[in-house]
Amino acid sequence: MRIKQVSVFLENRPGQISAPCRVLANAGINILTLSLADTQQFGILRLVLDDWEKGCDVLKQAGHLVKITDVIAVEVSHTPGGMASVLELLEHNKVNVEYMYASHYRQKQAAAVVFRFSDPDAAEKILTENNIHIISSVEEFDA
Amino acid sequence: MSDKKESCNCLEFNPVSAPDYLPKEQLRGLQSQRLRKIVSLAYNNVQLYKERMDAIGVKPEDIKTIDDLRRMPFTQKTDLRDYYPFGLFAVPMSDVVRVHASSGTTGKPIVVSYTKEDLNVWSSAMMRCMAAAGLGKGDIVQVAYGYGLFTGGLGAHYGAETLGATVIPVSGGHTDRQLMLMRDFGTTAICCTPSYFVHMIEKAEELGISFEELPLRVGIFGAEPWTEGMRQYIKRNAGIQAFDIYGLSEIVGPGCGIECVNHDGLHILEDLFYVEIVNPETGEPLPDGEEGELVLTTLSKYAMPMIRYRTHDITSIIPEPCSCGRTLRRIRRIGRRSDDMFIIRGVNVFPSQIETALLSVEGTLPHYQIVLSRHQGLDEMEVQVEITGEMFADTISGMEELRRKISYSIERIVNIRAKIMLVEPNTIVRSEGKAKRVVDNRQDDVK
Repeated sequence: MRIKQVSVFLENRPGQISAPCRVLANAGINILTLSLADTQQFGILRLVLDDWEKGCDVLKQAGHLVKITDVIAVEVSHTPGGMASVLELLEHNKVNVEYMYASHYRQKQAAAVVFRFSDPDAAEKILTENNIHIISSVEEFDA
Repeated sequence: MSDKKESCNCLEFNPVSAPDYLPKEQLRGLQSQRLRKIVSLAYNNVQLYKERMDAIGVKPEDIKTIDDLRRMPFTQKTDLRDYYPFGLFAVPMSDVVRVHASSGTTGKPIVVSYTKEDLNVWSSAMMRCMAAAGLGKGDIVQVAYGYGLFTGGLGAHYGAETLGATVIPVSGGHTDRQLMLMRDFGTTAICCTPSYFVHMIEKAEELGISFEELPLRVGIFGAEPWTEGMRQYIKRNAGIQAFDIYGLSEIVGPGCGIECVNHDGLHILEDLFYVEIVNPETGEPLPDGEEGELVLTTLSKYAMPMIRYRTHDITSIIPEPCSCGRTLRRIRRIGRRSDDMFIIRGVNVFPSQIETALLSVEGTLPHYQIVLSRHQGLDEMEVQVEITGEMFADTISGMEELRRKISYSIERIVNIRAKIMLVEPNTIVRSEGKAKRVVDNRQDDVK
């Protein structure tokens, strides 16, 4: 159960982040969660959108470099130790996290953590075996 | 800065300079005699020359005087590439005592070679250049050109030794050490690229070394184009006389020509390297005074004769004789080229080499732009690359890996480390749909 993440390449200079967000806004697309990874020279804006296909289209039309990636969103208990126990489980099973970022999971009053794994199949198997809830769609994410 | 170093022996006649003052008729006779020998050598030993001359029906015996040179076909940098590595040698390998090389357009270097006698000719050419700059026995010459395959270091080295000067073979880089040796050894002359010397000036300031207190009085600067503004800057800030020297490895290396103390154009050592100016479009020879492409012929180089070599450097021959009395004609300082080659830190680079490097990384050619800048006298090359969908990896590590690969690929081909900037699609300005490949911002640094 993967959800689609939209990544946008940005040069690292002032004013670069607002442009893609405005493009999405004008198309009536909502950003469910996002993260920004940056270096001195460039950045990657990663977005989970309520409509990734339309989002991808409008961003491309506006001249942005866009990449769609499958990510896995996991429900994490909104209590001390919630994050740590999920990460320890992954670590214990030698599943490598490439990056991750968190959001509020409204439906369950919990946290939703978006992961990109080096081996998503292995990660999914371990999470499922350990009864960790994988969020199946962006509708569920934002319900 | 004071004029304490103006009282040099620049205008005293050095006997090694005698060939610079040959009477015109005698010079012509010598040129014709040497040309006959070099054409016959090239025709009989180098396939390229035989084929080209046969194709237009010119026999070696048709070339009688230097005026017949214009009947000969041109040679090009691509010929050196096509006959890589040894295909243009006119003597057996056992007679070749030295090989030099510079970076080529496709990653393969341009190879040049010398017999024992060629090295003597080169050394004497460099010696005469240094003598024209007022150097002689008793001078301490610091050679800060790179030693190795590049002709700069060894060329200046043997020239200064032949002159009887004391040579300090530091090679390039390590600016702190250069300055320490310059001070401690009492260097009187330095050979390097002009931009590197500007860097030395700035570094000296940081280290608290004052040029005013050093015996340095002459700089012999070449391997890249520079300006009158830079000469004035160097004079103001280091109190030395800066001489522009010209050369290219295909012809011999440094030592094809140099400014005399008048600093009004560069005297070409015409008894060794014959100079023509041609229309870069048609190849038609142009009269003295008209601007065009510099074409050089080696009159005394036997391992690898170059006949009518198209340098792509744009200049003109100064028709008036020089008040220094040399009969050698002068060319104007070279400011631009007829192709897209640029020179950075003394290294010739073609945009096509950067393209080759980019292609070898991803298999496709993204839009790119080369931006040249100068910081504290040091030239820097930045390559901006427009990211394409195939290149965009979504992870920082993936993108950093891409930058590393591009940087490595460029360094492997041109031997210069470039700063790689990944930029968004369609951000590099295109004019008429075509991107401007090179933006040179280096002029503004020194004024």
